[in-house]
Amino acid sequence: MGKVVVVTSGKGGVGKTASTAALGAALARGGHKVVVVDFDVGLRNLDLAMGAERRVVFDLINVLQGTAKLTQALVRDKRLETLYLLPASQTRDKDALTEDGVARVIGELRERFDWVFCDSPAGIERGATLAMRFADEAVIVVNPEISSVRDADRIVGLVDSKPLKAETGEGVNKHLLITRFVPARAARGHMLRIKDVLEILSIPLLGVIPESEEVLRASNVGAPITVCDRDGAASRAYVDAACRLNGEFVAMTIPSDNKSLLSRLLGWRAA
Amino acid sequence: MNLFRLFKQSRSAPVARQRLLILLEYERSAVIQTDLIAVLREEISAVVGRYFDADPNTVKVKEVRGATGLTVAINVMIPNRAYATAIARHPSGEGISSPVYQ
Repeated sequence: MGKVVVVTSGKGGVGKTASTAALGAALARGGHKVVVVDFDVGLRNLDLAMGAERRVVFDLINVLQGTAKLTQALVRDKRLETLYLLPASQTRDKDALTEDGVARVIGELRERFDWVFCDSPAGIERGATLAMRFADEAVIVVNPEISSVRDADRIVGLVDSKPLKAETGEGVNKHLLITRFVPARAARGHMLRIKDVLEILSIPLLGVIPESEEVLRASNVGAPITVCDRDGAASRAYVDAACRLNGEFVAMTIPSDNKSLLSRLLGWRAA
Repeated sequence: MNLFRLFKQSRSAPVARQRLLILLEYERSAVIQTDLIAVLREEISAVVGRYFDADPNTVKVKEVRGATGLTVAINVMIPNRAYATAIARHPSGEGISSPVYQ
């Protein structure tokens, strides 16, 4: 029986989709059977992050409505043979997502895969609550920025109440993934520090992903960053986070500002 | 020049942190208050009402989420007058019906 992980944030644009692709691919690289499911019906983007946009034939809604079989809708990754995508529908109405239908599809995926990653849409509406409904684990993606932290706090409340496991009292394990962290800005006091975000949200830290051009490059070329850029700091941070999700112990490294005091005084500043 | 700029720019992150702490303290108690907490508050008000002629709004229930769990703070404020009349009426607590729970 596979594990179901919802990747959620409340706020849009914080890196849910890129993180879903990166974590999924990192686990698939380690030999796990992984499927990433796009729950953003009407505004799908996970297909782009995976570079599979031209190979989508059927989607989640087709499977829910019975017009396609699950095996027909699953798109296998070009690079990793244990990585699959279940795309969202781009055109159909999001009301087509029903709880019973999602329960059935997630149940089937659980049997076929070790990991089922659900990429949640932004917001706190039905799409977001359905994405977390059958989750065992929740990865809450947050930027060290005031509105993102506020929205993450709302999402924590939802993760504590909406999933089936919350209702049965078992509870969903929450993990905080901080993305787009710029150490130099935090050091200068213009970005919330990791410590501040952790203190405010009080959720265990899964990882800190530094702001990186490689993330944009990965999105441009349509490959998870953990596949196309194996040595970069952001990629390594995602691989570490994936290992922690898998229960392995990996020492936490907080990206730091490596600039010397002298270079900072001279004004050679990156950000 | 850069030396001056380094000290001149006031740090904005502590401001953000402070704003978040204040905002979330309010939002966690107001927005996220669950129906369950509302029911709890009703029941406590009913029990307090059996002992004191106090306004049901004297019972305040606040939930604060922490790292280890949820802290439910129940604050009951009995006005002096309500306390005095209750003591005068039932000095030993006699005559007050015990609650029956199923």
